[in-house]
Amino acid sequence: MTEPIPLSPSAHDRLPIPFNTSPEPLVLIAQGAESLLYKTVFLSLSQPAALKIRPVKKWRHPTLDKRLTRARILAEARVLVKLSGEGIAAGGGGRKVKDPKREGEGVGGMRGLVPAVLGLDWEGGWLVTEWIEGGTIKEAIYRGSRARTMGGSRVGLSGDDGVEELRGLLRKMGEVVGKLHACGVVHGDLTTSNMMLRPLTTIPDKSFESDGHDETSPQPSVAASASMQPQPTTTPNDSLSGDLVLIDFGLATQSVSDEDRAVDLYVLERAFGSTHPREEELFACVLHAYAHGEGSGMKGKPGKTVIRKLEDVRMRGRKKSMLGRVDVFIGKCEGCQHGPLLAAFRQHLLITEILVGHHYHWPAMA
Amino acid sequence: MHEMRIAVGLEGSANKLGVGIILHPSHDTPTDPPSPHDSAHSDDGAFHPHSKQHSSPPVQILANLRHTFLSPPGTGFLPKDTAAHHRRWVVRLVRQAMKQAKVRLEDIDCICYTKGPGMGAPLGSVAIAARTLSQLWDKPLVGVNHCVGHIEMGRAITGAENPVVLYVSGGNTQVIAYSAQRYRIFGEALDVAVGNCLDRFARVLHISNDPAPGYNIEQLAKTGNVLLELPYAVKGMDVSFSGILARVEEMAKKLEASNGSWLDPETNTSPITKSDLCFTLQETVFAMLVEITERAMAHVGAAQVLIVGGVGCNERLQQMMGIMAEERGGSVYATDERFCIDNGIMIAHAGLLAHKMGFETQLEDSTFTQRFRTDEVLVNWRD
Repeated sequence: MTEPIPLSPSAHDRLPIPFNTSPEPLVLIAQGAESLLYKTVFLSLSQPAALKIRPVKKWRHPTLDKRLTRARILAEARVLVKLSGEGIAAGGGGRKVKDPKREGEGVGGMRGLVPAVLGLDWEGGWLVTEWIEGGTIKEAIYRGSRARTMGGSRVGLSGDDGVEELRGLLRKMGEVVGKLHACGVVHGDLTTSNMMLRPLTTIPDKSFESDGHDETSPQPSVAASASMQPQPTTTPNDSLSGDLVLIDFGLATQSVSDEDRAVDLYVLERAFGSTHPREEELFACVLHAYAHGEGSGMKGKPGKTVIRKLEDVRMRGRKKSMLGRVDVFIGKCEGCQHGPLLAAFRQHLLITEILVGHHYHWPAMA
Repeated sequence: MHEMRIAVGLEGSANKLGVGIILHPSHDTPTDPPSPHDSAHSDDGAFHPHSKQHSSPPVQILANLRHTFLSPPGTGFLPKDTAAHHRRWVVRLVRQAMKQAKVRLEDIDCICYTKGPGMGAPLGSVAIAARTLSQLWDKPLVGVNHCVGHIEMGRAITGAENPVVLYVSGGNTQVIAYSAQRYRIFGEALDVAVGNCLDRFARVLHISNDPAPGYNIEQLAKTGNVLLELPYAVKGMDVSFSGILARVEEMAKKLEASNGSWLDPETNTSPITKSDLCFTLQETVFAMLVEITERAMAHVGAAQVLIVGGVGCNERLQQMMGIMAEERGGSVYATDERFCIDNGIMIAHAGLLAHKMGFETQLEDSTFTQRFRTDEVLVNWRD
């Protein structure tokens, strides 16, 4: 997630129905290569939502473009629906019976930990999900990191230098990813920007009207940060507590293979290391919680297997180049006037037929 | 203090044998405005990229010769035969290049050669030639990374400041961005390179390899218009072509067997042709490449793209990339076939850049290797 950008006039024209006639201005939160992310409301003024638009790519063949957009929107929605446990996906044939056996074991296991799907249009190229309050985990870790520098004197942080708070957060991360994998889903793009820290004390933002905020004042069209809170119901989150919610399932796939899960963790590990170099050593907490945390769906053998696989992936992650030593011999050419000009190397390995029977006549020195 | 430098470059990592001789003028030479001299058709013209403070100095190409080993349609080039071809041609090309460049032996600063990556035997032939020249003429050797050669030549020719680079050829497919003295690989093909995919497809359809299979696919694609469905394998920042290749080869066989009875599913009247298959393949793989390039650009915050490598000659790819770059408020840079396709001058250029920083390959280290990651090279001529 990047800083929000003021909505350019041309972008407004591209808004699909029904958003092109929205009474509330849309706020552009992020512009990735794949899609544009807006904060808006959906179906009612009291329901803030995240609108993800996949604009048409004019450089792609139109048939291909339509095909891809549709496939990607549906794939993302299916994954979220499966994880949230809404609709038909929750317990076969439309029965909304809570099956204790299946709790956390697939369908619905991540309810509350991923945004709910509110609506979509694959022709129009958009997907609307529940808006998650709070800031990103990336920001939270930055806060925790700064606190460490300042000796943990900020309100809400305890421990020697705030490290304990950070560790707690990272353990939560490991557990949530573990839950995700246990549900048979691999995120595909795990980074600390794709995780939100939703404050516990904030009640779901049901109402734009009922908190004394002046509803006639225009909504801010440019927000200062991604953690927009139009009317905070609590003080801005200084602590590192709250629910860890995963977002942006645009690259998610449904998989149970150890390889895919290990790669998922590897992506997170690399992203974490480059974004939070000071906390890189703490990443082990994430992996530990993944395989041993109480709340992790991958606790025990499944998690340990994946961690082992992760070691393989790390090795492979960079196809090591093989700088082999190949020594070559070019002998003096018998019966040839240019004999002395051929080079001779000290060697102990003759390779292939590259040299056999060939001699070179090079331009003379003069 | 720096006087003018001249380097000889030898390239032979695949079926193209290239010999180039380049001149880097001394630093006192003021950066001239773009020369009116039409250098579009001459190999020994001077290239003056837009004068900017930090771009590579204007270079002069004294000679840029190439000879390609072509195999019959339906076949690919084998390492053994390719190496034999390079051995047969290298002396001739070096002689010709020296004659064309009209340089004296004492003016030559170093002998640059492709250390890797590429095919083993052909690389070996060229390495031997380089070592021999180095011994013969008593000049230092400089081993060069083939990919870095492409990038540096692309930058010099186009004048692109700091673009995201898409390097696409028969042997490589990488999306590269410069950072802290390394060319970092952001995304790449996980199995086969895109050029390899195109070449193998050409084989199944018996498309001619002259001048290059990719070129002929491009021409055929221009008359195709049916987009059939191929698997689209973009995995994050990486791409995978083996699935597509398998499917498109299947289609090619189906086409041969069908004898004109395979009809366009949309209209059900017009038969599918070779051109349609070429069109389908190009549109799909190029869309994948543009997509991962766009991802890297978004990640890095860049607006410019530079396409290098043999597949970079393809005009459709350049067009698609241009549209994407424009949508992002940027532009695409590409070179013509003299520099897109493997050549010796890029090796001379990149080698000389390194040599000027004090880099040299000792004789006992002048090996070659099939695997040589682009980010292994310390790009200390840039800051």
